[in-house]
Amino acid sequence: MPTIFKKLVFILTIAIGALYISLPQSFTLFGKTFRRYDLGFSIGNFQVARKFDLKLGLDLAGGSHLVFDADVSKLSDDKKSSALMGVRDVIEKRVNLFGVSEPSVQTANFDGKNRIIVELPGIKDTKEAINLIGKTAQLTFYEETMLPAKEKDATPSTTLTPTDLTGADLQNAQVVFDSNNGKPSISLTFTKEGGNKFAKITERNIGKPLPIILDNTIISSPVVQETITGGSAQITGSFTIDEAKKTVIQLNAGALPVPITLVEERTVGATLGGESIQKSITAGTVGILMVSLFMFLSYGSLGLVADIGLIIFGLITLALYKLIPVTLTLPGIAGFMLSVGMAVDSNILIFERFKEEKAKRNITDALEVSFGRAWDSIRDANVATLVTAFILANPLDWSFLHTSGPVRGFAITLALGIAISLFTGLFVSRNLLRLFIRERKKI
Amino acid sequence: MINWMKYRWLYLLISGTVLIAGIFSMVKWGFKFGIDFTGGIVAEYKIKSGETKIFRYSPAESSEAEKTRSQFRSQGAIEIRFENVGPSIGPELIKKTVIALTVSASLILLWVAYQFKSIKFGISATLATLHDSLVLLGMFSLFGHFFGAEVDFLFVTAMLTILSFSVHDTIVVYDRIRESQKKFSGNIYELANKALSETMVRSLNNSFTIMFMLIALILMGGETVKWFSVALLVGTISGTYSSPFVAVPILVTWDEIQKKFKKN
Repeated sequence: MPTIFKKLVFILTIAIGALYISLPQSFTLFGKTFRRYDLGFSIGNFQVARKFDLKLGLDLAGGSHLVFDADVSKLSDDKKSSALMGVRDVIEKRVNLFGVSEPSVQTANFDGKNRIIVELPGIKDTKEAINLIGKTAQLTFYEETMLPAKEKDATPSTTLTPTDLTGADLQNAQVVFDSNNGKPSISLTFTKEGGNKFAKITERNIGKPLPIILDNTIISSPVVQETITGGSAQITGSFTIDEAKKTVIQLNAGALPVPITLVEERTVGATLGGESIQKSITAGTVGILMVSLFMFLSYGSLGLVADIGLIIFGLITLALYKLIPVTLTLPGIAGFMLSVGMAVDSNILIFERFKEEKAKRNITDALEVSFGRAWDSIRDANVATLVTAFILANPLDWSFLHTSGPVRGFAITLALGIAISLFTGLFVSRNLLRLFIRERKKI
Repeated sequence: MINWMKYRWLYLLISGTVLIAGIFSMVKWGFKFGIDFTGGIVAEYKIKSGETKIFRYSPAESSEAEKTRSQFRSQGAIEIRFENVGPSIGPELIKKTVIALTVSASLILLWVAYQFKSIKFGISATLATLHDSLVLLGMFSLFGHFFGAEVDFLFVTAMLTILSFSVHDTIVVYDRIRESQKKFSGNIYELANKALSETMVRSLNNSFTIMFMLIALILMGGETVKWFSVALLVGTISGTYSSPFVAVPILVTWDEIQKKFKKN
């Protein structure tokens, strides 16, 4: 079998593989419904499982992008990074307990500012989520101590002093309903050490109030009746059930090591996302049809070969989005569209060259020469574009460049588009053209 | 063969007119910055009757925005989007953009200078991309004044992309000059004319395909990416124009001046 056919088989295999992965999970064709199966098998202990679903960004699927500023100004330099990691972990726990699927929590640093970027897909009540994430949730038990009276006749005053019992001594918190009045309350279970502390505190405060303070607010101030040694306590404040639930999540996830404030919020409703997808598909289809038609009108049958290359380009791109996976955002789609326009550029370069070379030599040689000559400019030009895409995508997470957001999504799809277009523009079209010319010469 | 270089005064006139109009607008009207730069809140709701309502707030009015938000929510309105950008984000964005622009422009300059073994090529190509960035900025100042186009995060992305597209195009022309240099020993004036004639159709055709995609996006892609696509379109047109009519003329003129000095 001549090598050209081997190459064509290779191209065909890739195209069919890409087509399969690109298909939606189930689709209807000629009145029949087909299902695309995901990859899932195991060889011995080695398991392979891959879902071929497109990952959509928040602007398409709907959700919230939140950026918090962490205030580490009061910490010494060596403690800053561990505090930030702590903040990230606590937020992650809180978000998971809140029940958001596939959240993402990242830290970013720019110009001495420490940021926590939280992405919550498909969330409905952002305000509640922000309250949940943003609270420091520092729980402390206080006790009353007498101040020595300054003058003889003055009534003795008391002051609140924090005990060593804090949220860190908790093993678990949960919402319970008070057996007396049915009100939602929070039941606390201490660690062993915490239980001992609690026992000592209650012992020395019998008959006195024991204020429980969460983030500078007294949430309850029960009067101690007797020494509690069981290692558990119950806070019966005036909570609504939602408040109780939120507080429990915060207590279980732990307190934030440093306070954080919200500096950016971008919430996109699912309706807008759905609309954007629909519009992008329409725009993409129309655009690709126009490009294909233009190529055919300008270059005739050569243009058709380029169009086949373009279809394969589209399939491979979509398949790679699913395989890598690339989180597709609206600017990402724009990046893809732009790369379609650029993908045919290598074809145009070669075809224009081909027109010139055809006059000088026979058609087979002209084809090979055109590819060879055009390669230099295709390489140099695409490297320049890849450099920019690299800076925009910032894969090494350099903090002086954009580390997240729409710019990145755009750059990744643009870079991927360029890489794939080199493959389809050079390898695929070249071999298709070789075949095409061979067949034409036979006739 | 067309003597492209003979009409250098015309290209200067065209570029000059567009640039001066843009700079005039930038000085007089400035830009219409979006909340990405200024900070603030944009909220959009779809109320039950199907009508959509857009609200804009300054950063100081965030409690007011939250109040409206809860109000709409309790009335069963759908929240289409809610964007709240703190005032500290804008300066950071500008800083990062300037860094990104500088880094990519320098890398491209080095790459071109290295590939074509001449700093002249590198600098002319970079000047052409600078021309395109200025055209885009000027145009958006005008669009902002007349049609309310906002300069935002996506505009920044468009500007950086155009940087690479512009160079992409310039390199293709340069490549032809380089190739002819090896074969013929004509002066750069003739080589440039030859290269422009050879690449003109390709440049136009390539821009057409990109423009088709962008026009489809502008007309059908929805409000979110509309101005972003317009920015890319302006950049594509300017980038296509600047390769033969800015980068190459600068290169040729530079070469001529250099030769004159050498003679003296």
